[in-house]
Amino acid sequence: MESAVKVERVFKNFQSGKTQIEALKDISFEVGRGELFGLIGPDGAGKTTLFRILTTLMIANKGNAWVDDLEVVNDYKEIRKRVGYMPGRFSLYQDLTVEENLSFFATLFGTTLEENYELVKDIYVQIEPFKKRRAGALSGGMKQKLALSCALIHRPSVLFLDEPTTGVDAVSRQEFWELLRKLQLQGITIIVSTPYMDEASLCDRVALMQDGRIMDIDTPKGITQKFSKPLWAVGAADMYSLMNDLRSDERVDTCYPFGQYHHITFAEVNQEIQGIEKSLVDKGHTNLSIQKIEPTIEDCFMELMNQ
Amino acid sequence: MKQFFYFIRKEFYHLLRDRRTLFILFGMPVTQILIFGFALTNEVKNSRIAILDNSKDEATTAIIHQLEASRYFDIVENLNSYAELEPTFQKGQIRLAVVFPEQFQNSLLHTNAAPIQLIADATDPNVANTLTNYASAIIMDYQNSMKETQDFPYTITTELRMLYNPQLKGSYNFVPGVMAMVLMLVGAMMTSISIVREKELGTMEIILVSPIVPIRVIVAKMVPYLLLSMVNIASILLLSVYVLDVPIHGSLTLLVFECFLFTLTALALGLLISSISDSQQVAMLVSLMGLFLPTIMFSGFMFPIENMPIPLQVISNLVPAKWFYYIVKDVMIKGTGLETVWKETLVLLGMLIVLLTISIKKFKVRLE
Repeated sequence: MESAVKVERVFKNFQSGKTQIEALKDISFEVGRGELFGLIGPDGAGKTTLFRILTTLMIANKGNAWVDDLEVVNDYKEIRKRVGYMPGRFSLYQDLTVEENLSFFATLFGTTLEENYELVKDIYVQIEPFKKRRAGALSGGMKQKLALSCALIHRPSVLFLDEPTTGVDAVSRQEFWELLRKLQLQGITIIVSTPYMDEASLCDRVALMQDGRIMDIDTPKGITQKFSKPLWAVGAADMYSLMNDLRSDERVDTCYPFGQYHHITFAEVNQEIQGIEKSLVDKGHTNLSIQKIEPTIEDCFMELMNQ
Repeated sequence: MKQFFYFIRKEFYHLLRDRRTLFILFGMPVTQILIFGFALTNEVKNSRIAILDNSKDEATTAIIHQLEASRYFDIVENLNSYAELEPTFQKGQIRLAVVFPEQFQNSLLHTNAAPIQLIADATDPNVANTLTNYASAIIMDYQNSMKETQDFPYTITTELRMLYNPQLKGSYNFVPGVMAMVLMLVGAMMTSISIVREKELGTMEIILVSPIVPIRVIVAKMVPYLLLSMVNIASILLLSVYVLDVPIHGSLTLLVFECFLFTLTALALGLLISSISDSQQVAMLVSLMGLFLPTIMFSGFMFPIENMPIPLQVISNLVPAKWFYYIVKDVMIKGTGLETVWKETLVLLGMLIVLLTISIKKFKVRLE
């Protein structure tokens, strides 16, 4: 498979005062053409830095990267004609209307809204009723859709989206991912970063990033299948003391809060759950519920972090 | 080319939609001209004075009338004795007192000499000096008019002529100064802020990741402020000619050309500032401290450069406003042409080329 993006052993350091921060440590991966690739990781994992290197805004200290088989340092001018980039911070002109923003970015890339209307149609029909409104007066979800339209307007071959769904409500997030799926069908390679683990399963493949390193790259399914231990979800009336009790129990290996349940694994693979349940009841926990569950990406992320 | 023009259009949208800034930009030159024209003047006008006339004869009356008729003095008190002098000064009611002795006319006619005492409040020495000079001049005037009716054999009179500004108006000096100030402020501060704002908003990232050539971004940023400055120049010139009676003696075309050149220099400085600052506040501070203050201090508009210590005089050569101030004074007030200001014009042109080259070179095509 020809690769749309190729990263080879990239390192990036920043000088912050007298200390040197290693933002990226030995990053390598490849993204195939037409793939929807996710970079998953918390804030500060190095996602934005990686995006900036790929969009030619920064130069890596070591290693190299290619976008569309073009080298990011020497062929930066050519890359800039081809890629679409949506930075993490909302980056449109607040004092310009929706329409003016779109036509500005269209002209910037030497095209018009009409020319590539087919591509942005699905998104544009949603924001069209507000086209005379200033971008600053749009809701968060609408802003993201507008920003996506602007990044798409010149039909890029590779689209870089840096945390497009951060700060956007659940419904808009879902709509946004549906839009990405449709764009993928048009043959656009999409690389998207997100701190939300639940969005990982919507990508074709994901890279789990933490502290400047990629911990694992696989399909979402492949990643969850690698989870080595049985996983249990435990709930009780008093979740806080439940966590304290579980964490102080020697038989429990890990215990993380996940919404209404704590996800736990045991030190011994063959540990009987009844023993744990009994000790919890003895400690006075009520409304106890324990069930075996399938691991999510977040569980895997936590496990990888502890290795 | 289309992208370039759309870029300029976009800059105009920013400019025109920010009502507050726009108001300041257009209001600033007008208010500065009016403030300097009417309020902040170092001319002495309508000073309050007192008269102590111990003689009350024909001659003293004539002199008092002449004092009163001049626009420099306002007679507010007619005192009756020396004892009243001090309290009147102390209350701050008057700045100058004119004291005529007894038998003023008699002694003048018979002994050919009579003293007049001028007592000035010298807490502000410059004002005191100016006032006594004015008063002496008026008294001399009277004396000369008397000489015409009587024959004194020899008289030597000095005749003063104030070139280019016979009425010694302060506005002849500050109109060029305000022009330098306003153009520098609008040009440098506003361009730097508008570029740094794009960095702050993150829109610069998208502009960089696009095929547009950096030089076009730079020029597109400059055009709106260049036009705005031209509007400001027009309003300053109109105000000075029609409200402050400061004439334009030289060629208007040359004057506008010099303003254009200076504005471009200011814009180039703004670009340079934008490349070294990361936030709008920093850009504003650097423009104010680094450009606005030197413009006021080293252009010669407020403080004469000849009186400064040599190192400061050398530094003043680096301030574009100094050269611009010379040019405007020469062209506008003295009415000279390019033949006298070509050197200053070349200096400005040189500064423009150097600054523009540096700022284009420094314009980053990446984020770091």
